[in-house]
Amino acid sequence: MESQLRVIEQSFTIRYSTWVHEALDEMPDSFTITDPFISGHPIVYASRGFLEMSGYSRDEVIGKNGRVFQGPDTSRRSVMEIREAIREERNLQISIVNYRKDGTPFWMLFHLCPVFSKEDGRVMNFVGVQVPILKKPRRSGSEFARNAVSLCEDGSGFLETVFGSCRRELCSDSVVELSRILALESVLGVDDAELVDEPCKATDIEQRKATTAMNNILSVLTHYSELTGRLVCRKRCFSGMGPLGASLNISLGRIKQSFVLTDPHLPGMPIVYASDAFLKLTGYTRQEVLGQNCRFLSGPNTDCSVQYQIKESIRTEQGCTVCILNYRKDTSSFWNFLHISPVRNASGKIAYYVGVQIESSCTNEDKQKLRPDIRQLSVVGAIKVAVRSSSMGASTSKS
Amino acid sequence: MLRIKRVPTIVSNYQKEEAEDGGARRGGGCGRNCLNKCCIPGSKLPLYAFKKVNKVVNGKDVLDCDNKEPPVAFLDSLLLGEWEDRMQRGLFRYDVTACETKVIPGEYGFIAQLNEGRHLKKRPTEFRVDTVLQPFDGTKFNFTKVGQEEVLFQFEASEDDEVQFFPNAPIDVENSPSVVAINVSPIEYGHVLLIPRVLECLPQRIDRESFLLALYMAAEAGSPYFRLGYNSLGAFATINHLHFQAYYLAVPFPIEKAFTGKTTNLNAGVKISEISKYPVRGLVFEGTGTLEDLANAVSDSCICLQNNNIPYNVLISDWGRRIFLLPQCYAEKQALGEVSAEILDTQVNPAVWEISGHMVLKRRKDYEEASDENAWRLLAEVSLSEERFQEVKAIIFEAISCLDENGSTTGSPGKDQDVKPQSLEEIDAHHGMLPGNQECLVLH
Repeated sequence: MESQLRVIEQSFTIRYSTWVHEALDEMPDSFTITDPFISGHPIVYASRGFLEMSGYSRDEVIGKNGRVFQGPDTSRRSVMEIREAIREERNLQISIVNYRKDGTPFWMLFHLCPVFSKEDGRVMNFVGVQVPILKKPRRSGSEFARNAVSLCEDGSGFLETVFGSCRRELCSDSVVELSRILALESVLGVDDAELVDEPCKATDIEQRKATTAMNNILSVLTHYSELTGRLVCRKRCFSGMGPLGASLNISLGRIKQSFVLTDPHLPGMPIVYASDAFLKLTGYTRQEVLGQNCRFLSGPNTDCSVQYQIKESIRTEQGCTVCILNYRKDTSSFWNFLHISPVRNASGKIAYYVGVQIESSCTNEDKQKLRPDIRQLSVVGAIKVAVRSSSMGASTSKS
Repeated sequence: MLRIKRVPTIVSNYQKEEAEDGGARRGGGCGRNCLNKCCIPGSKLPLYAFKKVNKVVNGKDVLDCDNKEPPVAFLDSLLLGEWEDRMQRGLFRYDVTACETKVIPGEYGFIAQLNEGRHLKKRPTEFRVDTVLQPFDGTKFNFTKVGQEEVLFQFEASEDDEVQFFPNAPIDVENSPSVVAINVSPIEYGHVLLIPRVLECLPQRIDRESFLLALYMAAEAGSPYFRLGYNSLGAFATINHLHFQAYYLAVPFPIEKAFTGKTTNLNAGVKISEISKYPVRGLVFEGTGTLEDLANAVSDSCICLQNNNIPYNVLISDWGRRIFLLPQCYAEKQALGEVSAEILDTQVNPAVWEISGHMVLKRRKDYEEASDENAWRLLAEVSLSEERFQEVKAIIFEAISCLDENGSTTGSPGKDQDVKPQSLEEIDAHHGMLPGNQECLVLH
């Protein structure tokens, strides 16, 4: 966990410099920034405003995925919308129920925006702005306790104090509101069975607040990215092919085994994705392996006929399983029980080859006792699903 | 008796037409390593035992302790690994990943696939479509006849409080296991069949226990993109042996994007809403309580439809947290000649996946011309009319709220379990309603 925090800190400061924290800390709004290239798609920055609103400390939030703030009353459909916006790398504004640390739910307007790298058009980060929504109560008496809280919120930004004082008390106007609602319901003859379930809509003011905050945050990020030379922008400026999209990255990030994806359509059939486990196994950094052909893993005692076998399988668009002697960065060698398979995308044609490595000397540390070959094939399967699905959409970034 | 001609889909390498089957494969002593008494003794299959804690259907419970995007779940690894293994062994009729597929541009994102190999290229069979409940017929193809190599693993509840995996467990004939098998004509990668208590040869009808099993599988799988589906007889089920289908597709289904209209809260945190702004009318069940309460609400509704001879489809999505129940009348319309030739020509049988928005098309022409409008038009034919849907909804609500009042939400009294004896309204003889009590009536 600790090393992941370090990875998170580093990745953020490498991109935006160490001074970006100060600039972001000055902003009063509630927002979070996530990194889809780190396994788990975690939050890498949380603003003061967010921590105040949610009741969490910074340590409790950094490294977590945004879904920890959801709960039973969060509409499943809205969860899906956010997931899909991330997958399609586009903007979204949606009303959704989130939960504070103390377990209380609240409505908020969630504004999501991707941040693109100017150099290659990939999504570097997602920014999420949260604006709490004043909820118009429309539910029956049994829901009152929760609504009393929202009736008290004046939306001026000092939510915590207002919330705290109203949690157990009733504000005077809320009593009036409630009796009006109850009267209405009795007139309509509504028993507890029928409810109209609608998402709580944000007002124009709340929407504008979200958009303004987002613009400010994106300006800050753009400015600070100039300091490091890794420029970002809010629209995708680069329309080339090449690197894998954020959603494919997120899917691949869930696979814990060692594997690489190579692209047979690029000269030299380079590695376009390498899992964390692969880097750990071989001792290289991601920068060192991306763009290279896998042959760098071979060394003096590697059997050429096995290398030839691999080449032939790829040439005939087939899979193969071999045992090949490979070398780590520190020149130590290991036996690589390697499975290679073509992976097709939604067009039905081969888009990548996947290579899944198992260091055959290592014992099965897995508590789960899945046979190593089945485990290897499961990686292939998961990748096939991810690549096929991620290439199906007409998913252009609708900024 | 209403019948239609249909080109069935082959789901097993051992599936043959009963007319074509010279009888050589029927009976015992087959030597085919099947799931019948002839071959089972001594057989072993992997066994995945899921944690049978009454899961609270809550976002946080799905996460691992680190509260990150969860790693690929163990069940997924097992299923995907075994499936890929069967692919490499050549057990599928075609490579589904070589079939072109796309999300049709438009608001709903209907999904189209060009798959010329899925439907059997044989003379069509006649299917009886006017009875949802039909008795199991051992002479017809059923899942005890599949080869064991098509079965991936057994899927049972764990004795303890945790997930257990046994790579080589014997098959307990006395306590027939539930199994997961491949569908040799897959719609998508990972297309499998969940067959509850396979050796008991249950006919295609939902009961509480089996539905709960399906829900456990959805919850146990680590992905909202692994969905389970069910087709009743008369709603394009192909085989009258109880089974659910499932596969992975990492894009949203159009039906999942539909909005919900009127909502009713039941006890135990179960919420039922009408689907709105979608061509097919139906209900969506969501729960904030236990999985079992949600399962019972849905299965009781299905049992009610079964007993009223209303064909329906069920889609389990979103980790088992959202369940769509869709009554339909397409087969009846087709038999009565009420469907346009244009739609019939596409030969799309609107079963659960099609209704959810995933269309498998046989002809390139249909694939190239696939559009939101075409899909909408096809599905609109499948839907009940608004008037009829409200009638059906009322029947369901009466059945399940009666249950709630009587306080029975737990316990599943066995395979033939039905709702407590209550007399149903006799709605409309034309629609083939069953009057009288709700015991399982079987028409011949």
